[in-house]
Amino acid sequence: MVDKITIENLSLQYSDGTESLRGVTMGIRQNAVTVLFGPAGGGKSTLLRCLNRLNDLTEIKSSTGRILIDGENILDPKTDVIALRRKVGMVFARPVPLPMSIRANITYALELAGEKRRSKLDEAVERSLKLAAIWEEVKDRLNDPAVALSGGQQQRICLARVIALQPQIILLDEPTSGLDPISTGKVEAALLELKKEYTVILVPHSIQQAARTADHAAFFLTGELIEYAEGRQMFTTPKQKKTEDYIMGRFG
Amino acid sequence: MEKSLSWREFIITRLIQTSGYSAILFVALIFFFLLREGLPTLGQVDAASLLNIRWYPIENYFGILPLITGSLIVTLGAALIAVPFGIGTAVYISEIAPRWMREILKPLVELLGGLPSVVLGFLGILVLAPFLRVFLDLPTGLTALAGSLLLGGIAVPTVVSVAEDALDSVPRAYREGAWALGATRWQTIWRVTLPAAKSGVLTAVMLGVGRAIGETMAVMMVTGNAPVLALQPGSLFSPVRTMTATIAAEMGEVANGSTHYHVLFFIGMVLFIISLVVNIIASSVVFRSKKRAERILS
Repeated sequence: MVDKITIENLSLQYSDGTESLRGVTMGIRQNAVTVLFGPAGGGKSTLLRCLNRLNDLTEIKSSTGRILIDGENILDPKTDVIALRRKVGMVFARPVPLPMSIRANITYALELAGEKRRSKLDEAVERSLKLAAIWEEVKDRLNDPAVALSGGQQQRICLARVIALQPQIILLDEPTSGLDPISTGKVEAALLELKKEYTVILVPHSIQQAARTADHAAFFLTGELIEYAEGRQMFTTPKQKKTEDYIMGRFG
Repeated sequence: MEKSLSWREFIITRLIQTSGYSAILFVALIFFFLLREGLPTLGQVDAASLLNIRWYPIENYFGILPLITGSLIVTLGAALIAVPFGIGTAVYISEIAPRWMREILKPLVELLGGLPSVVLGFLGILVLAPFLRVFLDLPTGLTALAGSLLLGGIAVPTVVSVAEDALDSVPRAYREGAWALGATRWQTIWRVTLPAAKSGVLTAVMLGVGRAIGETMAVMMVTGNAPVLALQPGSLFSPVRTMTATIAAEMGEVANGSTHYHVLFFIGMVLFIISLVVNIIASSVVFRSKKRAERILS
């Protein structure tokens, strides 16, 4: 298997001096779920937000290092950020459906990307809603406002919205933190389906979720990558004392 | 001990209640006073001459149409200036400007909103009017246009600060959601942030227009005060007189209880009703879209 993403010596500091990354180096596999976990303030979200350059819009004091996606350094100022964000989709902790219908939520980004053919759009709507495991629940009311759905459904709409763009990489920042166990199960099942086609990077909202979903897992503590290993090994026999303590619930 | 505490509660509750009721009472009293002084007009001047196009109180011509159109044209012009500029500035401050710029601009705008309108009237007379006269080659610079420009300037800070607050309260997650989908900054502002802040932005527009319609001093100083019917677009470049300016200018010289006196109060009534209608329309629009916004945010 090849590394889809290579992160080389990435360091970052926000201007208010809060959460930052220190010298992170890691490779992220294609067609696998890579989990970034650790206590709050460890730099997991920051790392995710570097991968689609969403951090561009935050006040940053300094950042060094490189992130290579398919061999190209996306931190290069010359990178086309809009194209990058279409290639690297993101789902947030809080479901934020746009103030439009269910259908328009899915087609909006495609239309921004220049797709106008109705047949293509319909096709994308059905395909992505199916992949996000919500098609059956909404297929008869695609023109209802998306905000009328339940939280779990909204989150899967947000996932479908990302899938519709046919990205190569999907970033998920605690996508199930506000959801009930049943919705959480549905989202996790969707992830297993998704990794067949995409590279998935997940910041889980609990260690249990990390253990359930991870093909590879990376443990972050105060901006440093402490341990990076295969999921099964990480959650049964971690090598580092700090990782073990965290997984056993001795701190964090 | 317990007894004194419940007494204190009782007194404080009543005090708050009284001040709340008195606000309503004062408005009712003002309206009653306006009616008492204004309604006799209808007995003394017949409707046809009220709707005449001549305002010349000394000769008993009490046509208030020129005053109403004067107010409308000046307010409309002011709104056309204040709304786009105000919303544009608000979007710039809250969405585009870097943080240091925002920290300079916000207090500056609020300071601008606190300038007494007489001071702006001075600027209007000394700078704006002569400039317009030379630049547009008019017989006088004291025109409806000058009033509109000045009023627009006065209303802009109100629009900016209220609209900026509304945009600021849109959750950051909305914007990030759109950015992460590959929307540009402008697409995000236009399709996501502004619609989400719609009710607040509408309130800003209404407060701005309200400020413009009620403004007296600055308008009186720069519009030239000629009670001429202003119906065609060209009226923008000729002197007009607004309802507020008429009341302010003539109330001091009028004989108490005369027809002229009652007519001035009648104009006050019309003004009152116009701003009441604007407010009712605004709050019903805002109320409706607020319910929608609440659904979205829940």
